[in-house]
Amino acid sequence: MYDIENYYNAGTIAEAVELLKEHPEARIISGGSDVLIKIREGRLAGSSLVCIRDIKEIQGVTLMDSGDIYIGAGTTFSHITADPVIREYIPVLGEAVDQVGGPQVRNIGTIGGNICNGAVSADSAPTVFSLNAMLRIADGSGGRMVPVKDFYLGPGRVDLHQGDVLTHIVIPAREYQGYRGHYIKYSMRNAMDIATLSCSVVSRVNTEDNILEDVRITFGVAAPVPYRCEETETALKGMEIGEELYRRTEELVRREINPRDSWRASREFRLQIGGEIARRALQCTVESAGGDQS
Amino acid sequence: MIGKSVPRVDAYEKVTGRAKFTDDMILNKCLIAKVYHAAIGNGIVKSIDTSEAEALDGVVKVVTFKDVPNHCYPTPGHPWSVELAHQDIADRNILTGRVRYYGDDIAAVVAEDEVTASRALRLIKVEYEEYPVEIHPRKSMWGSRPPIHLDKKDNVLARSNFFIGNVEQGLKDSAAVIKRSYKTPIVQHCHIENPISYAYMDKGRIVIVTSTQIPHIVRRVVGQALGIPWGQVRVIKPYIGGGFGNKQDVLYEPLNAFLSMQVGGRVVKLDVSREETFCNTRTRHSIEYDLQAGVDAEGHLMAKDMLAISNQGAYASHGHAIAANGLTAWRLQYACPNIKGEAYTVYTNAPVAGAMRAYGIPQAAFAIECFMDDIAAEIGMDPLEFRRKNLIQGYYEDAYLKPIAANTNGIFACLDKGAEYIHWDEKRKEYAEQTGDIRRGVGMSLFSYKTGVWPISLEIAGARMSLNQDGSVQLQIGATEIGQGADTVFSQMAAETLNLDISDIHIQTVQDTDVTPFDTGAYASRQSFVTGTAVKECAELLKKKILDYAKVLVPEETRELTLDEGWIFAGEDHLISLEKLALESYYSLTNSSVITAETSTQVKKNTIATGCCFVEVEVDLKLGKIKILDIVNVHDSGRLLNPQLAEMQVHGGMSMGMGYGLSEQLILDEKTGRPLNGTLLDYKMMTTMDTPDLKADFVELEDPKGPYGNKALGEPPAIPGAPAIRNAVLHATGVAFNENPLTPQRLIDGFKRAGLI
Repeated sequence: MYDIENYYNAGTIAEAVELLKEHPEARIISGGSDVLIKIREGRLAGSSLVCIRDIKEIQGVTLMDSGDIYIGAGTTFSHITADPVIREYIPVLGEAVDQVGGPQVRNIGTIGGNICNGAVSADSAPTVFSLNAMLRIADGSGGRMVPVKDFYLGPGRVDLHQGDVLTHIVIPAREYQGYRGHYIKYSMRNAMDIATLSCSVVSRVNTEDNILEDVRITFGVAAPVPYRCEETETALKGMEIGEELYRRTEELVRREINPRDSWRASREFRLQIGGEIARRALQCTVESAGGDQS
Repeated sequence: MIGKSVPRVDAYEKVTGRAKFTDDMILNKCLIAKVYHAAIGNGIVKSIDTSEAEALDGVVKVVTFKDVPNHCYPTPGHPWSVELAHQDIADRNILTGRVRYYGDDIAAVVAEDEVTASRALRLIKVEYEEYPVEIHPRKSMWGSRPPIHLDKKDNVLARSNFFIGNVEQGLKDSAAVIKRSYKTPIVQHCHIENPISYAYMDKGRIVIVTSTQIPHIVRRVVGQALGIPWGQVRVIKPYIGGGFGNKQDVLYEPLNAFLSMQVGGRVVKLDVSREETFCNTRTRHSIEYDLQAGVDAEGHLMAKDMLAISNQGAYASHGHAIAANGLTAWRLQYACPNIKGEAYTVYTNAPVAGAMRAYGIPQAAFAIECFMDDIAAEIGMDPLEFRRKNLIQGYYEDAYLKPIAANTNGIFACLDKGAEYIHWDEKRKEYAEQTGDIRRGVGMSLFSYKTGVWPISLEIAGARMSLNQDGSVQLQIGATEIGQGADTVFSQMAAETLNLDISDIHIQTVQDTDVTPFDTGAYASRQSFVTGTAVKECAELLKKKILDYAKVLVPEETRELTLDEGWIFAGEDHLISLEKLALESYYSLTNSSVITAETSTQVKKNTIATGCCFVEVEVDLKLGKIKILDIVNVHDSGRLLNPQLAEMQVHGGMSMGMGYGLSEQLILDEKTGRPLNGTLLDYKMMTTMDTPDLKADFVELEDPKGPYGNKALGEPPAIPGAPAIRNAVLHATGVAFNENPLTPQRLIDGFKRAGLI
C-alpha cells in the first residue's frame, strides 16, 4: 500500500501543466519505477501525483522531414528499443535503454522519466549526452528547448520548475548522421542492476584516411551528473585509427573523469574500469564504421 | 516409488496459484503492525515519546520496550534441552531499550491500515545515549564498556576447542608448514517470501499463522517469551516461500502474539519488509580463520590447526553451534594424525547471525578448501592429486561425536566424475602458462556434511496415518515442506512401504501444532533421514494393522498375508481388496475399528554425506569480471529418493554457492553497523542472466543408516561452489583471493597488487 495523498490524471500536456500549477505540491508520475520506490522508502511518502501516462502526444518516436528525431518523453524503454527509426538511425540508444533493470521495468519506465529523475546512473543519459540531444519542455506558454548538458544541475536535480513538463527528446540530424555509437554499462550483474560506471561513445570515422574525425565520450557515475570528456574528445579528434588512439583514450579518460570513493566501488577501481570501457566502446564504434581494426 | 521422479505433490497448486501462503489465509479485516527500529548501533534509549503517534487517527495501539514482559528468551530453532547446561542462550526481549545493533526493535505500532502504521512510526520521537559501535569480532572480543550483554564481559559468547594427537610435534616433523588466513562475508538467505505472520486470540489462547520452518519450536518459544503455558499457544504453518534457515529461528512471532493480546485478541498482521529482512532477521555468520598445516615430503598432511572467530552480531540466536560445526568439519574427511581446532563466537554490534543453509560449513569449507589448494600450490602438486592423497577412503567416524560416521563414502567416485566432466587433466595443463587479458582456469573443492543433528542435539519426529474408506491413506507429519519437496518424498516413502501408488497417499501440508504430530522441523538436512524414519515406522505399523484386520475379516485364512498394489494377498492369491477392507473397518456391524497408526520416534543415528564441485572460469583481468563457463556438483547423498527433485535441490544450492563465491555480501557501515546494501538491488544476488547452465550429478550408494538408503542433500549443494570458483581463479591468474565473494573490486585490487594490470 503506497502513501499517496492525491492523484490527478492528465489527458493532455496542457492539462498536465495546469494541474501542476494548480497543485504546487504535486509531482509528475509516468511509469512510476522511480517515484513509487521513493514513496515506498518514505522519501516521497504522502505525495500528490499528476500522472502523464495517458498523454498520447508524448509517446512514440518521429523522424521529421528535417531528419531530426523526436522521442516522446513518455515513450517506454522497450518501445524505444523496438522502434524502427531508432533501430535504423540511432541503434545505440535502443541498446542502451535495453540495459535498464529487467523486462518489466523496461515496459513501464520511460525515457523522459529516466532523464528527469536526474540520476547519474540513468542508462539513457550518457547516450543522450553523446548525441547532443535537446530537450523540449512545455510550461503553459511558449515552452523552451534546453541542451541536455545544461539540464542536469546536480545529483537528482534537473532544470525543471513546477508546471514544466518534458515533452520530447530531440536528436538533431547533424548530431547522428554519419555517426556510430556504442554504450557499455558496467554493473555487478547482467540484469536487474544499476550502473557502477557507464560510458557511451559516439564517433565519426573517415574510413578513407583512417582518421577519427569526431568523437563524443560521456560517462555515467563518474561525476555528480553525466560527464562529457571534452578534453579527451578534443585530443582524440583527428587521430589515426589504431592502438595508439585507444591507448591515449584510456589514459586521457582516466585523467579527466573524477569518480568518487564509495562502498560500492573505490575511485581507483572506477578509474581502471573507466579507461577500459571507454577504450572498448570507442573500438566498437570504429569497427562498426568499418575503420581499421588493427 | 522410491527412486522415481514423481511430480511434486504440490506442483499444480503452486503453479496455478491455488497454494495458500500466510498472506493468502487472512480471512477477515486485520490490523497492521509495524516495528520502530533504532537509528543508532549501540546505546540506550533515554526517552521515547509516542503521544503524537497514538493521537493519529487510525492508530489502535503503540507499545514500547517498557510494556513488554521483562524476561529473556532464546530464539534458535533447536530442540529444547531439559538440561540447563545445554539450553540455548536466552538474551532477547520482545522489544528493547538497550540498543545492541542498528535497527534493534524499540517499539511497535498497531493501526487500521499500512499507511497509517507507517505514518505513526514517523511520529515516534526517541532520544538515545550512544556507545561506540564495534562490528568486528577480533576487536569486540577484547571487551567493551559496557559489554553488549552484561553477563559476557569480554563479549565472547562461547569458546570451544579440541585436540587429536600432537599438532606441535606434527608441525616439527613436517617437510613444509603453510599458514594462511581466510574470511567469509555476512550474507542473507534472500528467500522469496519475507517473514510474515498474523496472530489472534481464540477461546483465550493465542493463535499465530506464520511463515516458519519450525512450527512446534515457535510454539515453545512464544510460550517462553510471553511467560504463558506452551499449551496456550497454537502455531499454524501454511505453504512458505523458502526459508534457508532464516525461518529456523523465532523471529517476530512473539511480538506479533503480544500485539494481538494488547488489542483484545484482534487479528494483527506483521509483514516484514525486505529491508527489515536483511537488517532485523538473521544472516549467515562471517567467520575469520587462521589455518596452519604441515605436510611431509610426499604431500601427506601431518598436522593441522584451525582458529575460527565467528561474528555473532548482537544476539545469540544459534550462537556458537555454527562455528563449532565448522570445527567438527575440520577433523573429518582428510586423514591427518594431529589436528587441533579452536573457535570463538563473539558478540558485536552487527545484525544478528543465525542458521543458514549448511550451518557453518560453507564458511569452513571456503577456508579449508582454499587452504588445500594453497598447500598444493606451495608444494607444487596438482590440487586434485593432493586431495586424493589425503582423503580417507571408505568408512571413517568422528573422534568425538559418536555415531557420526561416513557409513558410505563416495567421495573418490564423486571426484572422478567431476574431473572427467570438466576435463581436469587436459585443462590444468592447457591453462598453465597463459598471458593476455582474458585467462581461463579450472578449480574444485569438496565437503562432508552430517545428516541431522544427533548426537549434538535431540532428533525426534512424528508421523500419523489413517486408512480412508476407499483404501487411500491420510498422512500427517510435523516436519515441514519449505519448498524442498518434503511432502513429495514423504508421500513416496509412505507409498513405498505400503506398496501403494502415490496417488493413494494424501499428505496434509499445513502444520498446526494443535493437530500435527510433534517434529522439530525443517533444518540440518534432517527430514528425509529423521522424519523419513518415522514415516517408515508409521507405514510399517499401519501395514501390520491392516494385515491384522484382514485376519479378523478372513479368520479361516492360514497363509501369510501381504499387502501389494491395493490388495491383501494370501500367498499368490488376491484375498480382499484394500478398498473393501477399509470400508469394512469403518462400517462393519461386527468389527468396525478405523485403522490408524501413529509414531513418535527418537532417532539416534547420523551419517555423513559428501560431494564436490568442479568449475571452469574465464577471467577478464582489466574489467575484474569472472565468467563461469561450466560448473558441476557431484553429490554422494546415498540413494536418491526422487532424482528430479534432487537435481533441482542441487541447482538451487549451486546458485547460492556461486553467489557466495562471486557477489553476495552484506556490507555494514563501520560507524553505525547499518547495512549499506540491505536491498535486493544493492545486495548482488545472481539473476538468471548471471547464471550458467548447471550440471548436477550423483554417486548413489545405499546408506545403511538412512530409512531408504538416503542421506543429507538439502543443504550440501550450497557448500562447495565458492571455494571451487576461487581455486579456478587461482589457476587462471595465479592470484589467491582469501576472502569471498570475489567481487570485481577485490579482483581489480588483487590483479593490481600482483602486477597483472
